Amino acid sequence: MTFDVETIREQFPILKQMIGKYPLVYLDNGATTQKPKAVIDSITDYYTSQNANIHRGVHTLSQNATTAYENAREAIQKHINAKKSYECIFTKGTTDSINLVASSLGKLIKKGDEIIISALEHHSNIVPWQFLVEEKGAVLKVIPMNHAGELDLDVYQNLLSDKTKIVSVTHVSNALGTVNPIKQMIKKAHEFGAYFLVDAAQSLQHFTIDVQDFDCDFMAFSAHKIFGPTGVGVLFGKEDILNELPPYQGGGDMIKTVTFEKTTYNELPHKFEAGTPNIVGGIAFGKAIQWLSKLNLDEVKKYENYLLDYATNEIKTINGVVLYGTAKHKSGVLSFLIDGLHPYDIGTLLNQQGVAVRTGHHCTQPIMDFYNIPGTIRASFSLYNTKADVDAFINALKKAVNMLQ
Amino acid sequence: MSITDKENEIIEEFAIYDDWMEKYEYIIELGKDLPIIDEAKKTDDKIIKGCQSQVWLNAEKVDGKIKYSADADAIIAKGIISLLIQVLSNETADDILEAQLDFIKEIGLQEHLSPTRSNGLVAMVKQMKIEALALKNK
Repeated sequence: MTFDVETIREQFPILKQMIGKYPLVYLDNGATTQKPKAVIDSITDYYTSQNANIHRGVHTLSQNATTAYENAREAIQKHINAKKSYECIFTKGTTDSINLVASSLGKLIKKGDEIIISALEHHSNIVPWQFLVEEKGAVLKVIPMNHAGELDLDVYQNLLSDKTKIVSVTHVSNALGTVNPIKQMIKKAHEFGAYFLVDAAQSLQHFTIDVQDFDCDFMAFSAHKIFGPTGVGVLFGKEDILNELPPYQGGGDMIKTVTFEKTTYNELPHKFEAGTPNIVGGIAFGKAIQWLSKLNLDEVKKYENYLLDYATNEIKTINGVVLYGTAKHKSGVLSFLIDGLHPYDIGTLLNQQGVAVRTGHHCTQPIMDFYNIPGTIRASFSLYNTKADVDAFINALKKAVNMLQ
Repeated sequence: MSITDKENEIIEEFAIYDDWMEKYEYIIELGKDLPIIDEAKKTDDKIIKGCQSQVWLNAEKVDGKIKYSADADAIIAKGIISLLIQVLSNETADDILEAQLDFIKEIGLQEHLSPTRSNGLVAMVKQMKIEALALKNK
């Protein structure tokens, strides 16, 4: 089977939209992907025929909703090849998943314990750990990167020690597109007995990840960047580690028994899922994963690489273009500036021509500081983008540059 | 000329442009022509918060009227603040505070600006009014 982008595009109603007189060219997939009709329909279907609160009802609707929610969890488990479905904790998204680990694991962190992150991290994989530096006296260490946006693995090796409690690194950089050699990095962390959290927010829309093969202890990801709805995500954690961690938030669903003297906690995954969750979000997330799993993901990867290569070559023909992020292994992201022009001016004029890109620091201010720039223009691609999208983007960019110079 | 007269002048100016490109080319030209603020006045406390690009605004009271000068690192932002200065500069604080600035909608600036930019526009107007209020009784 070869990859047919047109049959994919037909399933995304939003892509037919016009922005003024121009057809939408959506190149902000790093921020969020669009949703296929199957996912959109699952949301309507849920509220039309299934809506009930889950896990506690004896009535049919509640039981059906519970089954649908737990089936979604199983679909996600299967997709990432977790051993057990209850190793997949539903959260609000990647940020919430990382905060869960930082908060629960944080209760076990002692003064002087070390946490390693990398120069490529999104703010949401920096700030939660800084809380532990402030509250617990933990030490935060950062793996540096080179000018291409690749991590320095020799320095990483030297940062690791018996004091390292957890390493938390992104699989794919949202700002530069670098793909980190995460499996190798996990192995190294384990040699020192440290846990490893993979921030997979940007990677699961481009790659399949087998958590058993990676052997990561935690993996955080969001539904909305994998063709699912906003406001829901997953924290994968190995069963034995999740059992050791204290709970995150207190409330309904996460308890076994409550008295005013003492509360005992529920089993996985409920221990970490306090309160009524985003039920429809979880179900639609499962649908998105099922939709994605049906595609030939090797073909998808090849196609996306072809698109990124094509866009990279085309953009280099424009005078004054400076690319940020030129790592050998890249995925989905083209970050750039044009000499002497402000990214917001470019972004505004691209939008006038129907091209949606992101401008700014992409929630990675340390990366921008590294290059000594306030931000970049970022075009990020997904499987429904076409060569024609790239051409429209390049033409619109040339027009914008002409107007501004 | 009153604020409304100046607004009408801008509306007429924009009426001759029928597509976005001409409009933006005009805004870009305005940005290029904007009298630059004194470098000495481009201090951090003059930066308008809430804009996606850096915009510096200075206000002074001369003979009872408020005079604005500004600069920005993005040229479209510069063009937009230039339009606002054209309308509001050399007016009394009271008139500035009461100005409705309907021309922004009339010339289709709001609908054509990205949400972040449009927030920037709102932030610019707000800051200009705050400065007028601060200078009112000085």
